[in-house]
Amino acid sequence: MTDPGAGGHRPADRAQTGSWVRPDLEIESRRYSLNLRRMWQLTALLMIVVSVSPLVILTAIDYRVTERSAESEILLNTTRVVSNTKVAVEFSLVERIAALDFIVLDNSFEQLNDCARLTEILERLQSSFTGFVDLGVIDSSGLQFCYVGPYALSGVDYSGEQWFEDVQQTRIYISDVFPGFRHVPHMVIAVKRDLPDGSFFILRTSVEVALLHKLLANLEISGEGDAFLVNHEGILQTSSRSHGDVLEPLDLEVPSYASTTRVYETSGPDGRPLIVGSVYIPDTPLILMIVNQKSALMAPWSETRRQVIGFLVVSLSIIVVVTLGVTTRLVERIRWADRQRVAALHQTEYTNKMASLGRLGAGVAHEINNPLAIIKEKAGLMKDLFSFGDRYADDPKLMGIVDSILGSVDRCSAITRRLLNFARDTDTTPVPVDLRETVTEVLGFMGKEAEYRSIEVAVEIDDDVGEITTNKGRLQQILLNVINNAFAAVSDGGRIEIGIGRLDSSHVGIRVTDNGCGMTEAQRRRVFEPFFTTKSERGGVGLGLSITYSLVSDLGGTIAVDSEVGVGTTFLISLPTSPGSKGEDTR
Amino acid sequence: MKVLLVDDEQELVSTLAERLGFRGVDVRWTTTGQEAVAMVGRERFDVAVLDVKMPRQSGIQLKKEIESVQPEMKFIFVTGHGSEEDFRVGSAEADRYLAKPLDIEALVRALKEVVAT
Repeated sequence: MTDPGAGGHRPADRAQTGSWVRPDLEIESRRYSLNLRRMWQLTALLMIVVSVSPLVILTAIDYRVTERSAESEILLNTTRVVSNTKVAVEFSLVERIAALDFIVLDNSFEQLNDCARLTEILERLQSSFTGFVDLGVIDSSGLQFCYVGPYALSGVDYSGEQWFEDVQQTRIYISDVFPGFRHVPHMVIAVKRDLPDGSFFILRTSVEVALLHKLLANLEISGEGDAFLVNHEGILQTSSRSHGDVLEPLDLEVPSYASTTRVYETSGPDGRPLIVGSVYIPDTPLILMIVNQKSALMAPWSETRRQVIGFLVVSLSIIVVVTLGVTTRLVERIRWADRQRVAALHQTEYTNKMASLGRLGAGVAHEINNPLAIIKEKAGLMKDLFSFGDRYADDPKLMGIVDSILGSVDRCSAITRRLLNFARDTDTTPVPVDLRETVTEVLGFMGKEAEYRSIEVAVEIDDDVGEITTNKGRLQQILLNVINNAFAAVSDGGRIEIGIGRLDSSHVGIRVTDNGCGMTEAQRRRVFEPFFTTKSERGGVGLGLSITYSLVSDLGGTIAVDSEVGVGTTFLISLPTSPGSKGEDTR
Repeated sequence: MKVLLVDDEQELVSTLAERLGFRGVDVRWTTTGQEAVAMVGRERFDVAVLDVKMPRQSGIQLKKEIESVQPEMKFIFVTGHGSEEDFRVGSAEADRYLAKPLDIEALVRALKEVVAT
C-alpha cells in the first residue's frame, strides 16, 4: 500500500509493503553514484588535458626558442669580442715589429753596432712605444756585440739557441713569455736583416708583457669574463682573473688549432659549464682565450625562463582549479537533477501503482458484489419466509443461521465498499471530503496491525472542521504514509495521536504524533529529501516521505515535522479547504 | 404502489421481487431492458428500480426510453460499482441512488419516499 519511506524509523515488518521499488532502485542508485564519480574523473581529466596540452606545448616551444636564441646570442657576442681582441693584440705586436723592422732597414749593421747610437734608438723607441725594455744587435755568428738595457748581456753568444735558428728561417721571431732576470715577465722579439753580401744581423728586444696584460684587462667583458693569452703548451702568457697567474699552467684544455675564431662550451675545473672563445694569433706562439661562466652569460635568459615557468605554473594552477571547480559543480547539478528525475519517476510509479491497485480492487469488489447481493437476498428471503409464514417462525436456530449469513454478507460488503471507495478516490477530480470519514477509512487498513501490536490510536477531530474540497485519493495516500510512518516509529504498545482542526478560514491542520524513537536534528532536516533514509539495511529507500511531501504540495498544502530523540515525532500537515486557496508555510 | 424491477441478475431480481411482495409492494420484474420497455407499454408503474450497469443497455439509457412512454414515473438506480462517475450520473439522473448489496428495508423506505414526492 505504501512505500517505505525516509523517516527515521521503519521496522523490518514494513519492508514487504515497499518491496516493489526496492531492489532495482538500490542497484540503480549505487550504480549511478559510481557513474557520476567516473563522469567527474573523465570530464575533469579531459578538460585538463585539452586545455593544458596546448599551453604546455607552446610554452615548451617558446622555452626552447628563447633558450636557443639566448645561446646563439652568447656565441655571437663571444665570437665578436674574441675577434676584436685578437685584432688589438695582433696590432700591438705588429706595431712593434714594424718599428723594429724600420730600424733594421734604416740603419746599417755598423750604425746599430754603435752602442751610443743603439742607446739613442732605444730611448726614441721607449718614448714612442710602451713596453720596450732593451735592444741588442747580434751578428750572423750569434754573438751579441752591442746591448743596451738593464741586463748585462753584452758579448752573449746566442748561436746555440733555438730562437737564433728559428729567426733565420722566419725572419721575425716572437718568443714565449719568460720571467727574465728581474722576474718581470716579458717576451723577446727578434727581426733579421739580410745583407747584400749574404750575411745577416738580428735586432733583438725584450718587451714587457704588462703591455698586453693591460690591453686585455681593459676589455669590457660581461659577467666574470676572463681574457688572457696562453701559449701552445698551455702556459699562461698573461695573468688571468680566475685561471691562474702569468707563467702558470692553464687549468683548462688548450684549444686545438683553428685559423679562425672558435667558440665552444666546456666545463671548468669545478665542473661548472664555461663558454670559451679562442683564436690562434698568427706568426706568434700565442692563443687568445676569453672564458666566461655560462650561468653568468645566461643570466638574462634565466630571468626570462623564470617568467615563462612562472607563467606556466600560474596558468596550470588556474586551469586545474577552475576545471575541477566547474566539473564538480556540473556533476553536482547532474546528480541533483537525476535525483529529482528518479524521485519523480518513483512518484509516478507510486501513483500508477495506487491507481492499478484501485482498479484491481474495484474489479474484484464489483465481481463479488453481485453474488454477494444474491446471497443477501436469498438469505433475506429465507428470513422473510420464516417471519411472514408460521412454519419456522418459532425456530430460533434457523433464524440464528440466517442472521449469521446476513451478518457475514454485511462484513463482506463493508470490505467491498472500502475497496470501491479506494478505487473511486484514485480519480484526480477534487471532491468534497469528510476528514473524519477519511481518517477512519485509512485507520481501517491499519486496524489489524494496531490490534496485534497493542498500539493505541487516539483520534481527535474538532467539530468545526467539516468538509474540505480536495483530491481524496491523494489525501488518503498522505494520511496512509504519515500514519504508516508513525506505526513504524512506535514500539509495540505505543501511542499515536491524530488531531484535526481548523487553522484559519481557508486551512485545516492534521497533526499525527507518535511517542516512538524520534529523530536527531540532522535527520529531521533531511527527512523529506528523496533517498534519505536511516533504515536502508531494512529495505527503506527514502522515498515515502518525499512522495508525501510532493503529494501535500500537489494539494496546495505544506508539511512540517517536529521531533525529539526518545520522545517522539509530530507531523503537521496544513491543507487548503478548497483547491483555490493557497497553502501557507507552517514550517 | 406498483414497481418495476430491472436487473440482469435473474436470481437477484426475482428474489428481491418476492421479498418486496412480502412487504406489500406490487412488483413486476424482468432481466432485459427490451422487455422492460414492453412492460411499461402494457401497464402503468409508479417507480422503476434499475441496475445502472447491464449488458447491451445501461440503466441510464433504459430510463430515457421508459420516460418517453411514462414521463411521470420515478426512478431508483442500483449499482454494484461505486465509481465516482456512477455516483455523479446516478445522483443527477435518478431520484435515488442505492449501492448493492441492498438493504431491503432501506429500499422499501426509498420507494415510499420517492412515491410520496
